Amino acid sequence: MMRGQVRRVLRNCGVIDPCDIRHAVARGGYAGLERARGMDPAARLTELERSGLRGRGGAGFPVARKWKTCADTPSDTRYVVCNADEGDPGAFMNRSLLEGDPHSVLEGMAIAGLTVGAAEGIIYCRAEYPLALARLRLAIGKAEEAGLLGPDALGPGRPFHIRVKEGAGAFVCGEETALLASIEGRRGTPRPRPPFPAVSGLWGRPTTINNVETLASAALIFRNDAAWFAEYGTAKSKGTKTFALVGNVKRPGLVEVPLGTTLRQMIFDIGGGVAGDHRFKAVQTGGPSGGCLPEGSLDIPVDYESLQAAGTIMGSGGVVVMDERTCMVDFARYFLDFAVDESCGKCGPCRLGTHQLLRILEDITQGRGTEADIELLEELGRTVARGSLCGLGTSAPNPVLSTLRYFRDEYVAHVRSRRCPAHACRDYISYEIDESECTGCTVCSGLCPVQGISGVRKGAHSIDSAVCIRCGVCSNSCNFGAVHTVDRAQPQDATT
Amino acid sequence: MSDERIRTVRVTLDGQTIEAAASATVLDVALANGVFIPHLCHHPDLRPAGACRLCFVDVDGRMVTACNAPVVEGATIRTNTDAVKTTVRGAVELLLVNHHRGAVDCEEGDACELRKIARFIGIDEVRLARFRRPEPAPPVDTSNPFFEYDPGICVLCGICVRTCDEVVGVSAIDFVRRGVHTTIGSAPGAKWMDSDCVSCGECVVRCPTGSLSMRDSEVPEREVRTTCTYCGCGCGIHLGVTGGRIVSARGVRENPSNEGRLCVKGRFGYGFVNAPDRLKKPLIRRDGVLVEASWDEALDLVAAKFTEHRGDAFAAIASAKLTNEENYVLQKFVRAVQGTNNVDHCARLCHSPTVAGLVQSLGSGAMTGTTKDLGDSRCILAIGTNTTAAHPIVALQVVRAVHQGGKLIVINPREVDLARHADLVLRNRAGSDVALLMGMMRVIVDEGLHDPAYIAARCDGFDEFRESLARFDAATVEELTGVPFAQVAAAARMYATNGPASILYAMGITQHTHGTDNVLAVSNLALLTGNVGRTSGGVNPLRGQSNVQGACDMGALPNVFPGYQRVDRPEVREKFERAWGARLDDMPGLTHLEILGGVTGGRIRAIYLVGENPALSEADANHARHAMEEVDFLVVQDIFLTESAEYADVVLPAATFAEKDGTFTNTERRVQRVRRAIDPVGDSRTDLWITSEIARRMGAAGFDHASAADVMDEIASLTPIYGGVTHERIEGSGIQWPCPDSSHAGTRTLHTERFPTASGRARFFALAYRAPDEEPDAEFPLVLTTERSLYHYHTSTMTRRVPGLEQLRGEELVEMHPRDAAALRVSSGDQVRVTSRRGEVVARALVTEVSPPGTISMTFHFHEAPTNVLTNAAFDPVAKIPETKVCAVRVEAVR
Repeated sequence: MMRGQVRRVLRNCGVIDPCDIRHAVARGGYAGLERARGMDPAARLTELERSGLRGRGGAGFPVARKWKTCADTPSDTRYVVCNADEGDPGAFMNRSLLEGDPHSVLEGMAIAGLTVGAAEGIIYCRAEYPLALARLRLAIGKAEEAGLLGPDALGPGRPFHIRVKEGAGAFVCGEETALLASIEGRRGTPRPRPPFPAVSGLWGRPTTINNVETLASAALIFRNDAAWFAEYGTAKSKGTKTFALVGNVKRPGLVEVPLGTTLRQMIFDIGGGVAGDHRFKAVQTGGPSGGCLPEGSLDIPVDYESLQAAGTIMGSGGVVVMDERTCMVDFARYFLDFAVDESCGKCGPCRLGTHQLLRILEDITQGRGTEADIELLEELGRTVARGSLCGLGTSAPNPVLSTLRYFRDEYVAHVRSRRCPAHACRDYISYEIDESECTGCTVCSGLCPVQGISGVRKGAHSIDSAVCIRCGVCSNSCNFGAVHTVDRAQPQDATT
Repeated sequence: MSDERIRTVRVTLDGQTIEAAASATVLDVALANGVFIPHLCHHPDLRPAGACRLCFVDVDGRMVTACNAPVVEGATIRTNTDAVKTTVRGAVELLLVNHHRGAVDCEEGDACELRKIARFIGIDEVRLARFRRPEPAPPVDTSNPFFEYDPGICVLCGICVRTCDEVVGVSAIDFVRRGVHTTIGSAPGAKWMDSDCVSCGECVVRCPTGSLSMRDSEVPEREVRTTCTYCGCGCGIHLGVTGGRIVSARGVRENPSNEGRLCVKGRFGYGFVNAPDRLKKPLIRRDGVLVEASWDEALDLVAAKFTEHRGDAFAAIASAKLTNEENYVLQKFVRAVQGTNNVDHCARLCHSPTVAGLVQSLGSGAMTGTTKDLGDSRCILAIGTNTTAAHPIVALQVVRAVHQGGKLIVINPREVDLARHADLVLRNRAGSDVALLMGMMRVIVDEGLHDPAYIAARCDGFDEFRESLARFDAATVEELTGVPFAQVAAAARMYATNGPASILYAMGITQHTHGTDNVLAVSNLALLTGNVGRTSGGVNPLRGQSNVQGACDMGALPNVFPGYQRVDRPEVREKFERAWGARLDDMPGLTHLEILGGVTGGRIRAIYLVGENPALSEADANHARHAMEEVDFLVVQDIFLTESAEYADVVLPAATFAEKDGTFTNTERRVQRVRRAIDPVGDSRTDLWITSEIARRMGAAGFDHASAADVMDEIASLTPIYGGVTHERIEGSGIQWPCPDSSHAGTRTLHTERFPTASGRARFFALAYRAPDEEPDAEFPLVLTTERSLYHYHTSTMTRRVPGLEQLRGEELVEMHPRDAAALRVSSGDQVRVTSRRGEVVARALVTEVSPPGTISMTFHFHEAPTNVLTNAAFDPVAKIPETKVCAVRVEAVR
């Protein structure tokens, strides 16, 4: 599992006691802040620029540029905001870091405050992370006691205070302008940029807003130096990045690899490949609005530009591995369902477009789709991607558009042949019991929730397809592999 | 910022080279140059939202929304690339398929911006048919009496939400729920009326699709531009007329006072004009009963009786509801025909201390600034004003100032609505304003935050004033006001260090036995910091009625001729005697309270009461009713049979503002046109005609003006501050006095160079604290203060004839703090009896922390619970204003 990983951001996770500030300090914590304090303002930005650090929240914006804009915008007050609203289902990179090494994030924020000229930092953390919140609050208290935060944190008479603001569970609040609105006590919805938060952010003041991992990386850059950070990575994407490797993979978990590592290395070398006897089918990167890549794309390096070119995104680092049992249309439907739920409703393309996409995908997975719908999906997907106000909307069609790009034949099979090649969409399958393999153990008939399986003990059983709801309990429970999934009789049969 | 407005850039728009202001957006530039870009969420009054996603353009190869894209030098803007066209088409199609009335057959017709856009891009029904049908829409919300919300045709552009926030400052509504379930409201499942909505309708008039629409709306046959008859904001309105009826009202965008914005009364409050119970015939009391009579009978009787009661036994009460021309003719009648200066009007009850105080200190008793400039103040100190209720359109400028980063200090015993926008809220004890303001000034002087150069150059009396500050040390101020001194000091610093700073005040300052001192304290504060004479600074008394400023200007006051020219100045009197051809009295006449009080001793025998209702509005109203009953001859001239008209010997039916020509002068000294929209209802006549006709029947000359414009010419010839005002000149946006001659454009800010005093300098006044006349004691342990509701106007003669307003607020409410309510074992909705030394009233309680402990408040709008039978008629020795803001009462539950 550890081979191929380079654990820098995560170096303390599971190693130190995150509740004891002395552990963090003993492992170099706040040394970066101290070094940064000794540098002049221009040197700090140069250091950051030379490191090539780009935003780890997904968009990959150069951090030095963001901080410089914030520092250069005239104002009496500036803010540093840490985006810890990790909303992607299945992602836990930030959570692990906040729980395992909160001081690294606080240190990064203090360095940001020093660099942009802010005296206040706010961590916007989702309320669903109670342990992270508790540890952050504890860490802030301890750092203030130690004088690492507080009235003289950035030098004599140069205060830097950090407070925590809890999010209320809206995915869109991970979008920076929605997040700022939420901190201000307004409805958490995005607003158009420009102006960017670095120019006009929290309470209309220049605000630098960075992801948890970005800030922790910044602390590392100042503790070591730019060259050390940049020794890993590609020409445009420097350093290491954490990923939550999940799905049907042998060794799921949190991994940290140099940018430029290929998906194949991540999934097969580190993750050990697909679990069970199944065949790799696709990998989704970038969370619920990320795209899906097929086996043929496994050798592309994981960096911002390569993933985007392939039709997906880096996102905050979710990697979901799927095997041949996953239907790609159903996969797209699942994530559109998430997008529809989480769309804030402010702009039409996202509010209405994602809903249309979902309804069409539901139709396709439930036997009501037409070939024209495939075109409509592409057209709508483009409208939503181009027309939406914020990143949630512009990326929401990625699951549809990327699966249409790489797995179009599955869509066609659904609407033209009325079959689901993965045998995942219930409306396209039936279950049958192979009499020659059935031992008559009665496990399936006992579990069937609709009493749709008949047969006597030690005699072959059979399924009444008129009663069957295709829940799959029989198939999953059969110890002899006697229950098979087959294409369902076609609609014309149903009408007779 | 100003540089950005002046600097220009050159851009190419669809191949055409255009020069544009650097501060403009791409959308501004396109629309200004005749290039249509579809848009739904853009509104010129609001900040860009970027929400409708229709205004896409291509700027140098990048697709952006035009509404928030600044124009950049050399940019190439294209509105018609394939990407732009397909994206916009896609976004429009999505809106159309979710628009429940369908794309083409929508009954909103061309009023719907979405339909216009659909037509512009050309919609293909076949393409629309491919989409899935929308979820069923929630039902139409009809909870508001004046407008309704149909979520089924709402495109969620958010203009209503932003209007309520950015323009109105109420933020009653927001987006509710999310995704496709998003609607507009205050909370999921809540009705519109469950929100903080103030029913102004500003959202409705901006709605692009008709999702928010007026109820019972009627498209008028024609519209007449005039001035609202309600408060002193003086909003321009287009009155819609069908047949002989007023059917609609909308704001005049070109009007500088309101720029199109209206409040609930201004937009929806005109039903009274055509109310069935309007007075339509003169009435004469015969055998104790008022019976209909002809105009000849009534006028002959009035003329005969008025002839009998010439001289100081006669008095007239004029009206802040009449036009300038009518007030002028009325006071001329009193002075030239009746030979007395006994003429006054309700300004006595509201802003007489302003006139008395500010004339002494600044030389002129009016708002020094302009409504719109208030919005550019860096600090606003609002003391003794419930601006959002009493002057809603001025309040919008306060909101604008706050949105622009200006500071707001609210000083009021009650937590008035404006407090929600305030940086500092000081809740002082009712009647302690002098102590509070002097305490602030002491901090300013002690900390050197005053403006010595301004004081030396422009003011007198500073040293004496400064000495008087010694009495107001921290402990004294804290004890008198009940406000922690740290707050007083913070307010002082905030006011003194954020200029230009404007002070707003109203009845909370004036309606006290020390009202004049309060006004002088306000003017001291403004002078101390050099704020008088600065644009967006100064002293701004908010005048209550549509023409209360004008009624004062016209000399409907016992001591001055028009233009505040004193009756006791021989040279002034001679001028008017020459002009009017009559001998004029050199003694100031009686004030409002003195006129009614004079009946008892037999000093006053006849009263000509025009457009006023003392039975409800006068402090110690029982005493006023008694006087009206007692007086030998009472003529009431009004539009309805008011509570006061019940006492009349003759009732003369007058025309409303909608039925006459003339002018109103609003709180910012702007003289504006009132225009006849319909003919007088029934046999009613304009006040100008009635008063002139009485005078003519008494054989007087000088009352045969051909028109209101003719009267204004006479006013201008005798009144220097109106010297350049003619109806013709004020056709467009009015003129703010002083306007000495026909070449003068009027005055936006008073006192910029010199004060209109003999010395040309302003004066500080040394002040001492004086307690209210009546303070709570064991028998009457609570303080009663009076206030107003946004939904009603004065004695509600007009507003209670509008069913929607009655629905929004239909009864008197005694507002009291939970602590007092608990002590009395009273809950909201319980009947309580309020008793003072003068009378008692029963009404329902409303328990709220808006009222401070120990102080209750009531309006004076409801005849069923006439609050003014409780109030104290003790008055200010200078201005003679009764102390309606403080009296001692006790409250008991009625079980």
